[in-house]
Amino acid sequence: MTAVSLPPPGRAAAPAARRARRRSAALGVLAWAAGIGFCLPALWMALTSLHSETDAAANPPALTASLTLDGYRAFFGADGGPTPWPSLLNSLSASALSTVLVLLLALPAAYALSIRPVRKWRDVMFFFLSTKMLPVVAGLLPIYLFAKNAGLLDNIWLLVILYTSMNLPIAVWMMQSFLADVPVSIIEAAQVDGARLPTVLARVVAPVAAPGIAATALICFIFSWNELLFARVLTGVAAQTAPVYLTGFVTSQGLFLAQLCAASVVVSLPVLAAGYAAQDKLVQGLSLGAVK
Amino acid sequence: MSTLAAPRAAAPPAGPPPSGGGPGGGPGPRRGGVRAWATRAPLLPALVFLIAVTQLPFAATLVISLFDWNSLSPDERAFAGFANYAEVFTDESLRESVLTTVLLTASVVIVSVVLGLLLALLLDRTFAGRGIVRTLLITPFLIVPVSAALLFKHALYNPEYGLLNGAWSWIASLFGSDSPAQPDWISDMPLTAVVAALVWQWTPFMMLILLAGLQSRPAEVMEAARLDGASNWQTFRYLTLPHLRRYLELGILLGSIYIVQNFDAVFTLTSGGLGTANLPYSIYQTFYQAHEYGLASAAGVVVVLGTIVIATFALRVVSSLFSEEVSRS
Repeated sequence: MTAVSLPPPGRAAAPAARRARRRSAALGVLAWAAGIGFCLPALWMALTSLHSETDAAANPPALTASLTLDGYRAFFGADGGPTPWPSLLNSLSASALSTVLVLLLALPAAYALSIRPVRKWRDVMFFFLSTKMLPVVAGLLPIYLFAKNAGLLDNIWLLVILYTSMNLPIAVWMMQSFLADVPVSIIEAAQVDGARLPTVLARVVAPVAAPGIAATALICFIFSWNELLFARVLTGVAAQTAPVYLTGFVTSQGLFLAQLCAASVVVSLPVLAAGYAAQDKLVQGLSLGAVK
Repeated sequence: MSTLAAPRAAAPPAGPPPSGGGPGGGPGPRRGGVRAWATRAPLLPALVFLIAVTQLPFAATLVISLFDWNSLSPDERAFAGFANYAEVFTDESLRESVLTTVLLTASVVIVSVVLGLLLALLLDRTFAGRGIVRTLLITPFLIVPVSAALLFKHALYNPEYGLLNGAWSWIASLFGSDSPAQPDWISDMPLTAVVAALVWQWTPFMMLILLAGLQSRPAEVMEAARLDGASNWQTFRYLTLPHLRRYLELGILLGSIYIVQNFDAVFTLTSGGLGTANLPYSIYQTFYQAHEYGLASAAGVVVVLGTIVIATFALRVVSSLFSEEVSRS
């Protein structure tokens, strides 16, 4: 990151420099206030998840109430309610498996779009991108009918396939730009030694582009983990994912705020971890690789 | 989407092999063809997979949209021509959801772009703890959308124990008021409630893109402007804003594409009630609850047509930024 606002040159008039410094400090404080203010709902969620149900529902809010893990215990079924573990595991497997599949498909594709590009590789790139702009809802019904006839409803593999197609364009765009930075000489050296493409990709390209590939994987994981519409329509009991489990909280159920906040924290934790880890590459993933 | 023309018409990659001297410059036509196919081979699995999973269902949607088909009475399935499309545009509730979609998308995008720009300007300076503030600011984007919507619905908007009314009654009590107003936010202003929750989640997205734009400003030019005595406002108006233009466009267009499709927030906050049903939610309802397959498909095609307009512009912006990146490196 390059800081654009440079400090004033050394021998500037002292009062002007002091004024500029004071202004800069004020803007720094403002930035902090904006950051905390913006994060406030999330912080409130974390705090409420640690309150007892009675304190969580207090009005005015009980900021200093004692902390407890009861909300988390209730969410994980300590009171004999349903447990979220199957849905969390479903989310984990659907997201992880589709991410692996995305990488397996996107890495060779990105190779053929950057290191040894096909003719009209730009057109191919834009074809990939244009599929991302097709609203999910427009293909939902045929997919549902197909799944119903093929007996794939409520099957985690169906979600794996759909999440792979959902993330493939993003992954291709991100990986294309990462692979473009791999020096061609080391690839040629490997090929002179007689290595075939899968070997070159696994042994030469992947290690060099590892940070970029990791960021791509994290972003694909986030999008799969968050997905609701497909999962809601295409899964029932067995393959239910965590977001679908959360929709059980849509209607109020008496005193349930602490449990709801605990649930939201637990389900969001993997995304927060992945997002913070991929922070530097997040913007590139979100802008489909257009912005570095 | 095969129907979406990329700026430079997305040609099928597996066209006829070049008749002579492929990319590798092989000696004869036959060898050139083989070389070209060897180059294409790594691309094909991804391409075939994507076409099968995204293009085929959409083609099926196009076909279904021409049928009068309700799954509750499967025997009455019949070809209906464009009758479903006529119904999309005449049906009161579907027409309303078209309007809701436009209103929802436009307000979320505009507000989050403005907020995102302000935050990006604040972050585009050095100050103590800048990394922490950046991390705080992207947090809303990293809350699972359903969680965020539930958080707004129950923990913030709830009239009895939500934070908004709770904080208000606390402030009112400081001034000695016993019975402060306790509005029911979602019933009183349903669409605004949905917009606010989405703005909270999407502002970080806009901020990140605009911050990247701010930081790609050429440092020499900014420095020269400062030395020439340009005021902050002049620098912003005549240098920063023109430079940011394409980043603003990108944020607006990508944001629109994502928010037009939004389902989670509408589903969770209002379940489409109180005039907040957007097209994706209405389509979901038409097909999932009313089982009107033909009508739902026609509405889906209408969403795609609307998206193509936005997407064409979006692809053009991405293309120009992409060319710049390529020429820079």
